[in-house]
Amino acid sequence: MSRLAERFRQGGIFVWFSGTLLAFCLAMILSLVGFIVAKGMGYFWPSPLVQVQTPDGPVLGEITGHEPARSEETEKIQFRVGNRDIYGQDFRWIPSAGLGAPEYPKDALLIERLEYGPFIGRIVSLSHDGQQVSSGPTALAEAFSHLPEANRLRRRIQSIEKGQVGDLNRRIEKLRLTRKKLEARGNQAGLQTLDAQVAELQIAYDQLQTGLEQIRTEAKAWTLNLQTADGQVKDWPLGAVVRMVPANTMGPLDKLGVYLSRLWEFVADDPRESNTEGGIFPAIFGTVMMVLVMSVLVVPLGVITALYLREYAKQGWLVRAVRVAVNNLAGVPSIVFGVFGLGFFVYGLGGSIDKLFFADSLPTPTYGTGGILWASLTLALLTVPVVVVATEEALGAVARSQREASLAMGATKWQTLWNVVLPSATPGILTGLILAIARGAGEVAPLMLTGVVKLAPAMPLDGTFPFFHLDRKFMHLGFHIYDVGFQSPNSEAAKPMVFMASFLLLLVVVVLNLFALNLRRKLRERLGGSTF
Amino acid sequence: MEIDDPRPLPEPALLQTPPPTGVRPTSFAQPDLPLTDPSVLSAPTMLQVERLNLFYGDKQALSDVNLKVARNSVMAFIGPSGCGKSTLLRCLNRMNDLIDDVRIEGRVLLGNTDIYAPGTDVIALRKRAGMVFQKSNPFPKSIFENVAYGLRIQGQGDRVVLEEAVERSLKGAGLWEEVKDRLKDSAQGLSGGQQQRLCIARALAVRPEIILMDEPCSALDPIATARVEELILELKREFTIVIVTHNMQQAARVSDHTAFFWMGKLIETGLTEKMFTNPGHRMTEDYITGRFG
Repeated sequence: MSRLAERFRQGGIFVWFSGTLLAFCLAMILSLVGFIVAKGMGYFWPSPLVQVQTPDGPVLGEITGHEPARSEETEKIQFRVGNRDIYGQDFRWIPSAGLGAPEYPKDALLIERLEYGPFIGRIVSLSHDGQQVSSGPTALAEAFSHLPEANRLRRRIQSIEKGQVGDLNRRIEKLRLTRKKLEARGNQAGLQTLDAQVAELQIAYDQLQTGLEQIRTEAKAWTLNLQTADGQVKDWPLGAVVRMVPANTMGPLDKLGVYLSRLWEFVADDPRESNTEGGIFPAIFGTVMMVLVMSVLVVPLGVITALYLREYAKQGWLVRAVRVAVNNLAGVPSIVFGVFGLGFFVYGLGGSIDKLFFADSLPTPTYGTGGILWASLTLALLTVPVVVVATEEALGAVARSQREASLAMGATKWQTLWNVVLPSATPGILTGLILAIARGAGEVAPLMLTGVVKLAPAMPLDGTFPFFHLDRKFMHLGFHIYDVGFQSPNSEAAKPMVFMASFLLLLVVVVLNLFALNLRRKLRERLGGSTF
Repeated sequence: MEIDDPRPLPEPALLQTPPPTGVRPTSFAQPDLPLTDPSVLSAPTMLQVERLNLFYGDKQALSDVNLKVARNSVMAFIGPSGCGKSTLLRCLNRMNDLIDDVRIEGRVLLGNTDIYAPGTDVIALRKRAGMVFQKSNPFPKSIFENVAYGLRIQGQGDRVVLEEAVERSLKGAGLWEEVKDRLKDSAQGLSGGQQQRLCIARALAVRPEIILMDEPCSALDPIATARVEELILELKREFTIVIVTHNMQQAARVSDHTAFFWMGKLIETGLTEKMFTNPGHRMTEDYITGRFG
């Protein structure tokens, strides 16, 4: 008893207690990350295609779920059967009772398509311009050899549509606006030259379309003749095939290849099929972009506020009240900021900007609708208290002797702040930025009101002048998770995407934070170890 | 505002004549008038303090201080902690302005400018009075940028001018040979003594008229202290130096004149030699010999 009392007095018990709690917190975080990674990363591994005999006929697909028997329900297995265009749904629950032994047919094939999700079945033959070229097992080999070419053609079509056609459309739209202006002024000569320009563009446009049509026909030339497990036939152009996976005949290395190519597609490609397939690159890009714009906005805002509060304002009840108000701002629910952003930034500021500078294109709004600038500004407002508090702390921690040294040299207060105090406080300011990034990157609610969309037609940064389009709507990983998981028509298929998107969001936050941490470490080294 | 004041030279200070030699007040009662050695009065004056009173709120920290500092000399302020010697030093370049709730009466003449006159340009004044602090406080910048700081804030951007000034100042502070190959390195990598001499070089760079040193050696080891003391003796040729010190030996070694303060009052001032061998006041003697303080 006395030994326990002795240990209690010496605090050993508290060390154990706090250590245990820390371990508990770590375990929670690790299991969170582990769970997300395990659920998400497994999705891309090609699973075997299982065929079973049911009373209704054969079923071929990947086994994706299992439900044990309950009081009234029998044991059931979930199959991902694909072929949404034929069956109407991707998944099917089948009672496990009375199923024959599972088979793994060698010729079973999973085809990832541009539309209707995957096809699962067999390849019967391959035709070119309606002529059958090969059939049976050789058809698959031949289809494989033509797939890269077909994919190349598809990419070319996409890039022409996105690049040149989009470019022409923008130029025609610009001319239309100029035309409106000229008409208002009654400038006949100007109108004529304008019409000539439009006609020229129209010709270019038509030429482009003809070229596109040619490529499209070429891409459609190869056709796969497919058959499902229950004997239904389907023709599918090779140009609309993303990937063919004969999972049952693949070795581990082939599977790894498919895994990596699927992972790469996920990280680097645009989404397809209302976000349930393809990649999420625009969402990653949008998230990073928004956080960067937010950082650029929040740091000056927060630092200047803190500078005034700490260095210039006469300390009294008013400053104390302002400080309390700023701190309380951090506790305001983020959706409230979203409402403010929509009302003040989007409709108020954006609407005025449109009236002043983009009156030509009204009623189509330019800045008077959600966009990355407004979303970033809203988030900057949301995270500014963190930066203000951190900066104030950092300013207070700058040694008095440093300020005195500068002032005694005949520096003004501003020169002292700019040359001596602020550089010393930079690591502390960066601490604020790190916290702001951590908070801002994960926010979704305010973004939904101020500029995030399910699918953005163009990215906020691209090759068209002025390259950086702050007025554009953007995609965001956080919103993507919500949208794919809970707003998608095919949420069962999108489930693994939710986990992967969550994992990537975590990764983005960690990477951005590491970047800021590294910056802070470097600054600290330069300033010497003694600073805040 | 221009530093040079066009106003005529002020009237000679209202300094009290010293009591006749040989008559020494023997009690601890505070003397009404400080003892001032005639030699101090006769030298050409750089700095002159007239009837200076300073209050921190209601508390009086300096009362009725009258003092002269001769040009190209070293004046040491000595006295027990809290006697007001640092406060007085900080009055000389108006660093006390930074403290809230300070009230100052009286005049301080630097050259022939009353630095407390209304409309005085404090920034310009501080360029004339360089300051070295108790704890070395180089900026977290390179050695070069530390020394160039004073010129940079005056808007000097010419690389050649800056380099020339940095070299001259570092040589002046006896630091050039030690750092000339690593001017780009951080100043915080220097040793304590080097840092303090860097701070002196930084003060020299703007060519001040007077250098104020607030216990510059209190954080240094004996060898670094000796170097700084040598430096003070060299700098005396070009500059006027006022040094606050707790070290009696240091005051005796480096200063030409010494002023002894007690409870915010100037008790005695005069030639250092005389102050240390034959002080005019009993308290001075007691303090110097270590009987109190």
